[in-house]
Amino acid sequence: MRARDVIGLVGAAGVAALFAAAFTRMPAVGGTEHLYRDLVLPAALRATTPNLVSSVNFDLRAMDTLGEETIVAAAVVGVLALLQPPRREIPHPRGNVQPAVRFTGWLLLPVAALLGLDVILHGHLTPGGGFQGGVVLATGWHLLYLAGSYPALLKLRPLDTLEYAEAAATAAYVLVGLAGLLLAGSFLANVLPLGSFGSLLSAGTVPVLSVVVGVEVAAGVVVLLSRFLAHALGHADEESR
Amino acid sequence: MTTAVLFLALALVAVSATAVVLTADPKRQAVTLSVFSLCLTVLFVVFQAPDVALSELAVGSAVVPLLVLLTLRKMGRR
Repeated sequence: MRARDVIGLVGAAGVAALFAAAFTRMPAVGGTEHLYRDLVLPAALRATTPNLVSSVNFDLRAMDTLGEETIVAAAVVGVLALLQPPRREIPHPRGNVQPAVRFTGWLLLPVAALLGLDVILHGHLTPGGGFQGGVVLATGWHLLYLAGSYPALLKLRPLDTLEYAEAAATAAYVLVGLAGLLLAGSFLANVLPLGSFGSLLSAGTVPVLSVVVGVEVAAGVVVLLSRFLAHALGHADEESR
Repeated sequence: MTTAVLFLALALVAVSATAVVLTADPKRQAVTLSVFSLCLTVLFVVFQAPDVALSELAVGSAVVPLLVLLTLRKMGRR
C-alpha cells in the first residue's frame, strides 16, 4: 500500500467518524425540536415575511447573500476575462432539431419566462427568490435557440445591456445595504415599510433585494453561457465582431 | 408511510449518483448528472426544502449539464 493511500484512508476514516458523531446527535426527521426555526420564526414574523428561507437570505443573513451574489459576479468576470471569443468566423452550423422539440420549446418559452418572473417577484411569499428565478429566466431565454434558431437568440440577447445590468444590480444590492446603514445604523437593515402580511408589497427590503439578485443572476448566467456557446459553436462574439 | 417516502428518495439519489460515477463517456455523464440532480430535487422536496429544490432543479439539472456539453463540444473539435 502506498503512502498516499494510507493518508487518504486515515482522512476518510476521520471524516467518517466525525459524520457518525454528528449524525447520532442530530434531531430526528420531522421532529418538533427545531432550534433554528425557533429563532427565525419570530424574526420573520416581525418583518412580515411568510417565506422563512427568504427572510434568512435577504434579511437576517442578507450579508451572506451579498457574498454569494459577488461570487456569481466574479464567475461572470472570470469567464469574460479567460474565455475570449474565438476570432474566426464559422458559419452557423445547421442543427437538426426535431419538430416536436421545436414545438415544445415555443410552448415552454412563455411558461419559463412567466415562471422565472413569478419566482423572483414572490420570493418573500412563496418558495424561491432572486437566485432560483434568475436561473429559470436565463435558461428559459435559451429556448429561443432550441425552438427558433441561433441567429434568433443572438438578435434577442442584448449582451452589452445584460453586462451593464449585471454590474448595476450587484451595485444596487450594496446601495440598499448602505441605505440601511444611513437610516437604521446597520448595513442591510430592513428599513422599508413592512406592509401587511402576505401582500406583494410587504416584507420591506426582502422583495427589493430578491429582484436585484434576480436581475443580477439572470443577466450573469446569460452572459456566462454566451461565451460557452460562442466557443462550442466556434464563432466570434457579437461584441467583438 | 413518510419514512418509506424518505428512504425511496434517498435510494433514488444513491442509485443515480452511482450511475453518474459508473458512466464512462463524459457526454452521457452529462445526462446522468442531470437525472441525478432531478433525484436530488425530489429528495429536497421530500425533506420540505422547496427553496433548495428549486435551486438544484435550475442549476443542477439544466445549467451544469449544458456547460459540460458545450465544453465537451469545444474540446472535441480541437
